Order: sequence, then structure tokens, then C-alpha cells
Amino acid sequence: MIELAILFAPAFAAAVAGLFQKPLGDRLCMALTTGLVLLAAGLSLYVFADLTWGGGQDRVIAIAPFVDVAGFTSNWSIRIDTLSAVMLVVVTSVSALVHVYSIGYMAQDPHRARFFSFLSLFTFAMLALVTANDFLQMFFGWEGVGLASYLLIGFWYHKPSANDAAIKAFVTNRVGDVGFALGIMACYLAYGTIAFDKLFAAIAANPHAGFHFEFLRAMGIHAALNAPALEVIGVLLFIGAMGKSAQLFLHVWLPDAMEGPTPVSALIHAATMVTAGVFMVCRVSPIYELAPFAAGMITITGAATALFAATVGLAQNDIKRVVAYSTCSQLGYMFFAAGVGAYGVAMFHLFTHAFFKALLFLGAGSVIHGLHHEQDMRQMGAVRRAMPLTWAAMLIGTLALIGFGLPGTSIGFAGFFSKDAAIEAAYAAGASGRFGGQFAFWASIAAAFLTSFYSWRLLFMTFEGKFRGAAHGNGHGHEQVHGHNDHAAHAEAAHAPALAAGAAPAHESPLVMLLPLGVLAFGATFAGMAFAGLFVGAGAPGFWNGALALAHGEAAHGHHEVPVWVVWAPLVVTLVGFVLAFLIYGLRAGVGAWIAKATGPLNAFLVHKWYFDEIYHVVWVNGAKGLGDLLWKGGDKRLIDGLGPHGAVAAMRLGARNLRRAQTGYLYHYSFLMLLAVVAFGAFALWTTGRLGG
Amino acid sequence: MSDFPLLSAMIFTPAAGAGLIILARQGMRQESPAQDGVMRAIALVATLITLGLNLWVLRAFDAQASGFQFVENVPWAPPFAYHVGLDGLSLSLVLLTTALMPLCILASRTITKRVASYMALFLILESTMIGVFSALDLILFYVFFEGGLIPMFIIIGVWGGANRVYAAFKFFLYTLLGSILMLVAMIAMAVMAGTTSIPELMRFSFAPQVQIWLWLAFFASFAVKLPMWPVHTWLPDAHVEAPTAGSVVLAAILLKMGGYGFLRFSLPMFPDASAYFTPMMFALSVIAVIYASLVAFRQTDMKKLIAYSSVAHMGFVTMGIFSGNTLGVQGAIFQMISHGIISGALFLCVGVVYDRMHTREIAAYGGLVNRMPVYAAFFLLFTLGNVGLPGTSGFIGEVLTMTGAFTVNAWVALGAALGMILSAVYALTLYRRVTLGVIENPKLQNMLDLDGTEWALFVPLAAAALLLGFAPHYVLEFTKAAAGVVVDGYSAALAAR
Repeated sequence: MIELAILFAPAFAAAVAGLFQKPLGDRLCMALTTGLVLLAAGLSLYVFADLTWGGGQDRVIAIAPFVDVAGFTSNWSIRIDTLSAVMLVVVTSVSALVHVYSIGYMAQDPHRARFFSFLSLFTFAMLALVTANDFLQMFFGWEGVGLASYLLIGFWYHKPSANDAAIKAFVTNRVGDVGFALGIMACYLAYGTIAFDKLFAAIAANPHAGFHFEFLRAMGIHAALNAPALEVIGVLLFIGAMGKSAQLFLHVWLPDAMEGPTPVSALIHAATMVTAGVFMVCRVSPIYELAPFAAGMITITGAATALFAATVGLAQNDIKRVVAYSTCSQLGYMFFAAGVGAYGVAMFHLFTHAFFKALLFLGAGSVIHGLHHEQDMRQMGAVRRAMPLTWAAMLIGTLALIGFGLPGTSIGFAGFFSKDAAIEAAYAAGASGRFGGQFAFWASIAAAFLTSFYSWRLLFMTFEGKFRGAAHGNGHGHEQVHGHNDHAAHAEAAHAPALAAGAAPAHESPLVMLLPLGVLAFGATFAGMAFAGLFVGAGAPGFWNGALALAHGEAAHGHHEVPVWVVWAPLVVTLVGFVLAFLIYGLRAGVGAWIAKATGPLNAFLVHKWYFDEIYHVVWVNGAKGLGDLLWKGGDKRLIDGLGPHGAVAAMRLGARNLRRAQTGYLYHYSFLMLLAVVAFGAFALWTTGRLGG
Repeated sequence: MSDFPLLSAMIFTPAAGAGLIILARQGMRQESPAQDGVMRAIALVATLITLGLNLWVLRAFDAQASGFQFVENVPWAPPFAYHVGLDGLSLSLVLLTTALMPLCILASRTITKRVASYMALFLILESTMIGVFSALDLILFYVFFEGGLIPMFIIIGVWGGANRVYAAFKFFLYTLLGSILMLVAMIAMAVMAGTTSIPELMRFSFAPQVQIWLWLAFFASFAVKLPMWPVHTWLPDAHVEAPTAGSVVLAAILLKMGGYGFLRFSLPMFPDASAYFTPMMFALSVIAVIYASLVAFRQTDMKKLIAYSSVAHMGFVTMGIFSGNTLGVQGAIFQMISHGIISGALFLCVGVVYDRMHTREIAAYGGLVNRMPVYAAFFLLFTLGNVGLPGTSGFIGEVLTMTGAFTVNAWVALGAALGMILSAVYALTLYRRVTLGVIENPKLQNMLDLDGTEWALFVPLAAAALLLGFAPHYVLEFTKAAAGVVVDGYSAALAAR
């Protein structure tokens, strides 16, 4: 009953607010959605606490049959185990906070009801995803969150850039989803089921099932005729995870997704939806435990993404894009942790990351809100004085992100426990010879350095120094619509006279926005200290209770087995990153810009995000357009219609014309034709009788 | 069950309505709006009575039983007989027909030219469509199958757009070509098997060499109807020129005759030939999915775009059918029903804006959501159904047919899966260009949102798309027995080789 309420409260809220936004009005819709999601968050906390400390049992609540054809069976159901309970807490609590925050952030938007309806719809789809008991319901949630993401990125539908970004996100995710779908089909083919428990039992009974590719033999290729089923399944499923979690090559949609309102970025593109890929890999961890190649692919991809995204983050000037690339990078950490078998660490980093990344996004949103929709950090500076609470929140978020803490003790911000555990797990895996472990370790150390650098750069550029924005009243924010105009005008009028030279024309956000920041800041500070013991410490086996494949116990709590320098390395590179950022962006204005100019091509390479978008545009977008035109104009019009109906008509016309020409009216023409015919028939008769005779 | 010929009543009620309309028209001197209203009312009532009869049939139908129900077998001119009956496969397609027809009549309110003839033709068309799906005699099937051609031909040719004559003839040429070959094959079958009864023919085994020729002859007809690549080019033209309701019937029901034919004739009667041609069918299906999706992406005419997307979606149907397993066949049946709902709804969406703007050019639109939020919401729902998003009926058909194909040949499923990406590309691009953004064409400034009739058109279709998306189980249970007969018979025949 509680479980049903958790799942359907947001669904009900979304439906009512979506269908009846006119009669109910904005305020009622906002109250309804926020209230019901808060309720779901409270119930989720209860379920989690009951499961962890209260003796609650793992369970599956069946709701209704979905599909049942020839063993391809799926039921609408709610699966409650530690893994889904953790996700329930993360999803509903961040969602509830984002709902509350949005009351302030979207206060002037004329389509608030629609916005809140979409937020709740997203929450429902995400809950359906994490509580799925089989692949098909998971896929429903998987694409459902994709839909919500599409709707919310494109929420401001009058902006062409938002519409572009929405379609880009949906289509890129679809590329991954194709892999996911094929992975589900491969599960069915190899093991005859798509339900998790049955599947894992079947895998345990027959871990070495294989796929035979008969057609290769037909083509004369005899090598690699038999592929291990679990490796194929693992790789295909991970392609799905790459799309949803914006891993290298399928990451291009995530930075563009920042076109959506900032609360959306915090909820969907930082804390919850983008972590669905990590969750999925952990959910099917029994597969990856037996698929070393697929697991290695996860390790390499995750580590490469962690490093790649961190490099791009160095050179971005849009405050949201910096945080977006940071998300991309941190997702890479989660993946390589999962790839080396430390699923508990991956889930722990997912858990802590949800707090501090949502905090960073909502903080960035507060800055943007305070500066009347300015997102370019080059136009910021000195915001700390005007927005001290937001600054404090961002500072805590940054400390959590860079994983600040005291090695050897249990004191540190949330990221310290999860991120260092991931790095140490990678080291331990590398030391034990696991594929990709070494690479993941060094990549993650390098990424930790870069993370520290770009995070402090963000803080310095935004909050310190002098305000670099356009002179006051020169209309920043005026091109923005959404009712924020009134708001901006009002705010500027309010503090225009009091501004000192170099101060930012900003205002602190209202309480309804600061409150969620406070809750998240609390989580970002203490979540690591409070939960490390359960997620990755000595309590892990009892905590996870079989929800994760914890075969690699030493990797799960690696604090004790790695050399001291490995434990200290993240802190050292983090401090170096801080010092460098301070020297470049904290001391004197203009140093950063000078370095950017001095490193011309390298800087351009990073600013253009390694030119992924440019290359993809040429290859995929133009390729599809060109091929479509070719098939349409060349294939359909010229070839098929030309040879088919048009050709037939033309041939008939030609034949008719020639026949008409034959009707000359001269007797000798006709008699000549008759003579020819007699000869022809005679010859044919002779030929056939001759054949018969022979 | 009583002796009342319920199925025949269902088949001929629309035709009787058509007769009534013709009689009424004879009794009246000149056309007037009031008379037109009477004609529309007769047509609507006739389609609603048919739907009512169908629901009655549905209640009495035993979904668990295999074999045909509501059978009526009246010897006519032996060996030909008036022989009709229903199984889960045919009943689901009949229900699709009878449920959509009242909507089509409602959607035809913008027709003001020769209303009586138009309505009569639509009713005759409905009779032939129900007849096709319930005929259990070869010759009867052929009569209905071809009979449906003529009203559609006239509807396009008389009430169509500017280029209607070209489109009507293209439509007629293609479909006739296939039909003639099919007729020859039918005569050959009747001579060889000594019967024209479809249930008996399903038990008769033709020699494998003979099967090849018969299969090809039927293939010619069904491939054109469906349509499969490369005999699909009549469809975009026919859709573009047809009036809205004509497009709906064409996409939602007439195309399904091809898929129905493959399931009713090709697989059960020519199993060896079906197995022999499976690689070709897989290839054509995958080509259809990818090729038509890419072409759809480049269309500038809304109806053409949706027409090409139909070709792509029918590729999933043929792929599922020729997987020859339960998943594939069940998925194909489901995909046909789902496509009937969604493509029908999409053509209605085009009709709504066409009625207001009289253009189908995508470029003439943009920003409609500002003036028509309700329309934009419905259009979005059906677009997502077209994309095959889980939660809509479109997803179930795609995932089942792909899984069915995957178990036979993973590469076929991979090829079709590319269609999942491409459908998102063309469908969301269309949606974006029509509804999103700001209004730039000044003519759009006075667009009105949906009126009552349009609500009445979209609500049932939206409900059906969602219901089938969330609870496909019940439809699948309904078609299970019929699909089981096809699959079991097919695999038994192949095992016996």
C-alpha cells in the first residue's frame, strides 16, 4: 500500500495538474504536485529506514499483467530491495526539493502548472524505472524519463535552441535505447526470460550460454562463431546506459540539455535520470560479474568519460555547462567503479552525488536567478556579497564535489567518501590485474585534479573579484521572456541606487529557494560520514542483502588494502588544483583570459568540446539528410516510379504510337506482314516438330 | 448462440445504410444542406449500429477457443459458398474497422460536394472491409478484397485534392496488378484442391514447387496492399490526394488487408514457400523500415511524411509475420491494430489543421501550440505513439515483432531497431516544425483550438492508444488462440518436411 502510494502519488499529481491546469489554476497545481511528491518522499524514507533498520523484507508487489507472450513476460510491479529503496529515497527527496525550489524559481512563468506536471511525470517514470522487477517495465521507465527530459528541456518551446536540444536529447538517448532493447532481446533469446530473478537464476544455472552466428559460416568466416551470451548482453545493455548516462560518444546531449530551466537540470540531468545507467548496471550486476569483457568496457568508458568531461569543463564559460560537464565526469567515476566490480561504491557515489550535484545546480540556478538570467561567468564576479547564502551553498557543494576530507579519518564532505572509494577500488582492481583498473586509477586521479581546478575556477569567476557584467540597466535579462522581465525590472529598481562600484547587481533568492539549498547542503556535508559504513564499509553485505553482486569484497571497501600514497593522492591533486585555480582566477583579473588566448588551438579544442558536435553534425545529421534525399528523389521518384508506373505508362504510349504508325492503310504493307507471320509460324512449327522428332 | 446471422448482419448493415441513402437521394430533388445532414445522420447511425453489433459479437466471442466462430456457410454455386466466420485475428481487425468508421463519418463534415454519394461509398467500403476479414471462402474473399478497391478509387478520384486523378490511377494500377495475379492463383488452388473453403485449404498441402508460384502470386497482391518496399510509391500519392477520412481508412484498415492476407493465406497454406522466401521478406522489411524512415525525414508535406512512416511501420508487421514464431505473429497483429489507431489519429491531426489552413505544407505551420494547446497535446501523444514510446500501443508491436525476429535472426532485429531511432528523428522534427516555436505565419494568428467534434474524434483514439500501451495483455490474450493456430500449423508443416 505504501509502495503503491509512493509510485502513484506523483503519477496522479502529474495527470491532474496536466489535464486540469486551466480550472485548477497555477497555485493549486503547484501545491498538489509538490505536496504529493513530498508525501512520496516521506514514505520512501520510511521504506528505506524500515528495510535498513526496521527488519523490513525484500518484496515484490504485483500490480497488473503487462505483456505475456511465449515466456516474454512482464508484470507491472514494485520491487523493493535495498537497491531500489536507495533510489526511491534519492529520487523522491531530490524531486521534492526541486518542486519546492521551483515554486520560487518559476514564480513568474505563465506555464507553471505544465512545468510542475512534467516534473511529477518525470518522478513517476523514474520511480517506475527503479522499482521494476523485469526489463520491460524498466524500459518503460527508461523511455518515460527520456520523454519527461524531452518535454522539460523543450519547456520554453518558443526558443529554437531549446527545441533543438530536446530533440537531440531524445534521439541520442534512442541510440542507446536501441542497444538496451537489443540487450533485452538477447536475454530472452539466451535465457527465455526478462524477469530479473528468473534471469539471474538461469544465469547461475548456465553461465556459459552462447550465441551462434550461423550466417558467418555461410559467408565463409569460421572464426568467432560462438559468442558468450553474457558478454553480448552486457555490452548491449551498457550501450543503453551510455546513452542515458551521457558517457563518451553518447554524451553530446547532456550539455545542450541545459537549455531547460535550471531546476530541471538539477533533478533530471544531475541527480536522478542520468544516473539511471549506473543503477541499471548495478541492478544486473550478476551479469557483469560473469562478463569480464563487458565489465572492462564499462571501466574504460567510465574512466575515459571522467577524464574527457573534466578537460572540457576547464574551458566552459557558461556556469551551467561547467556543472553539466562535471556531472558527465562524475558519472564516469560511478561507471568505472561498477566496472571494476565495486557496485556498492558506484551506488554510494550515485547517492552522495545526487545531493551535492543537485546543490550545485540549484545554487547555480540561484545565481542565474539573482543575476536576472545571466549564465556567462565572464559577465559575473563579486556575487558573494550580494548572495552570501547561495555562495555558502555553492562552497559546500564544491567541497563535496572535489571530495575534500582528511584521509585516514572519517571526517570529510560527502564526495570524499564515495569518490575516494571509487579511486581506491580502481587501484585495487588494477593491482589485482583486473582489466582497465590501472587506466581507471590514473584517469580518475587526473580527473580529480581537473575537477578541483574547474570547480574553484567557477567559484572564483562567479563570486570573487569585481563584477564584469554589462553596466547597470543596460538590459541584461531583458531579452529573456517568461515573465521574469517584471521581476528583473523590479529587482533592479530596488537596488540600483545602492550599488557600489564593482559590486554585482544581484539579489539573494527567496526563502523557498534557499530552503532546498539548505537541506541539500546538509546532505552534501554529512551523507558521506553517515552512510559510508553501510554502503561501502563493514556493514555493506548486510545492508545490500544480495541486491548487488558483491563478489569482490575487497574492492567494495578498499580503504584498508591500498598503499598510503593512493589514499593521499586525491587530496594532493585536489589541493594543487585549488592553488592553480587561485593563482589564475583568484588573484588578479585577466590571467585566465590571457592563458586562454595564449593556448589558442588547445583552448579552442576544449571550448568546442573536442569538436564532437561539429563532427556528429556532418556525419549523422547531414548524412541522414543526404541519404533521405537520395532515396526519395533518386530511389522513389526516379528509379521506382520511373521504371514502375511511369515507365509502364511511357512504354505503353510508345507502343501505341508505333502500332498507330503501323496502321498505314496500304494493302502491300499488310500483306507483307502476313507473309512474315506465315514464315515465322512455319519456322516455329518446324523447329518444335524437329525437337520432338529428335 | 441463437440462429440470428449476427456476422452477416454486421457485414451488410453499412451496405443497407448505403442503400437507404441512395433511395433517400432518389426521393429528393436537389442537394441542400439539410438533406446533406440527413445523409450524414444515416451514415453515422449505420456505422454505430454496426459497431454495436460488433460489440455484441465481442461479448459472445470465446477468446480461448481456436478455430472460427459465428460461422455461416450457405452453399451458393458449389464449390463456391457464402462462408464467413471470425477468429481472434479477424475479429480484432473487424473491430478496428467498425470502431474507426463512425469517426471517419464525423471527420467528413467538411465534405460538402455530393454528400450522399460520398457517404454511400464509405458505407459500401465498410461492408467490403468487414467482409474481407470475415470471408472464409476464396472467391468471397476476392470479391470483398477487390470490391473495396472501387469505392476507394472513386473517393480519391472525386473528393481528392488537385492531383487526384493521377493518384487514383496509380493506386488502381498497382493494386489491380497484384489482384489479377492473386485471382489466377486462386483459380489454380480451387482446381487443385477441389475446394474454395479457406479452412479446408489451410489443411490442404500443396506440393512445394506449386507453393512457390502460388505464394508469389499472393505476395504480389499483399505486398502492394501493405505496401512493402519497392511497391510502396502509390501510397504517399494516394494519401496526399485523399480526403481526410479516406486517408484514415486507407492507413488504418486497407493496408492491414495485406498483413491479414499473409497471416491467413501465405503462412498456413504455403508454409514451405513462406520458409523459402523468409530471407527475402526479412530483407524487404528491414529495407522498408530504414528506407521509408529516411525518406519520411525529408518530406515537406505532412501527409506524405506520415504515409512514409506507415510504410516503415508495416515493415515491422512483415518482419514479425515471417519470424514465424508466437512473439512475431502476436506482435504483427498488435502492430497492425496499433498502427490503425495511431496513423488514423495522425491523419486526423493533419485534417484538423488542413481544414483551417487548406495546406499540408509543413513550412506553412509553426508555433501552433500558442494558439492550439489542446491540439498540440493530442498531436504529441500520437506522435509519441508513432515513435513507439512505451506506454503507447506503438511500443508493444515494435518490441514484440523485433524480439520475434531477434530469436530467428538478430541482424534483422538490429536493422529494424535503427527504425526506432529514425522514427524519433522524423516524428519529433515534424512535431517541432508544426507546433513548437513562435507563430511566424500571420494566417495562423486566428487558429481556433479543437471544437467539440474534434474532441470527440481524438478522445477515443487517445484512450485506445494509451489503454493498449499500458494493458496490451488483454488484446494479446484475445489474439493468442488465432496466432497459435498460425504458428503451430506453420512449425508443424516445416517440421514435417
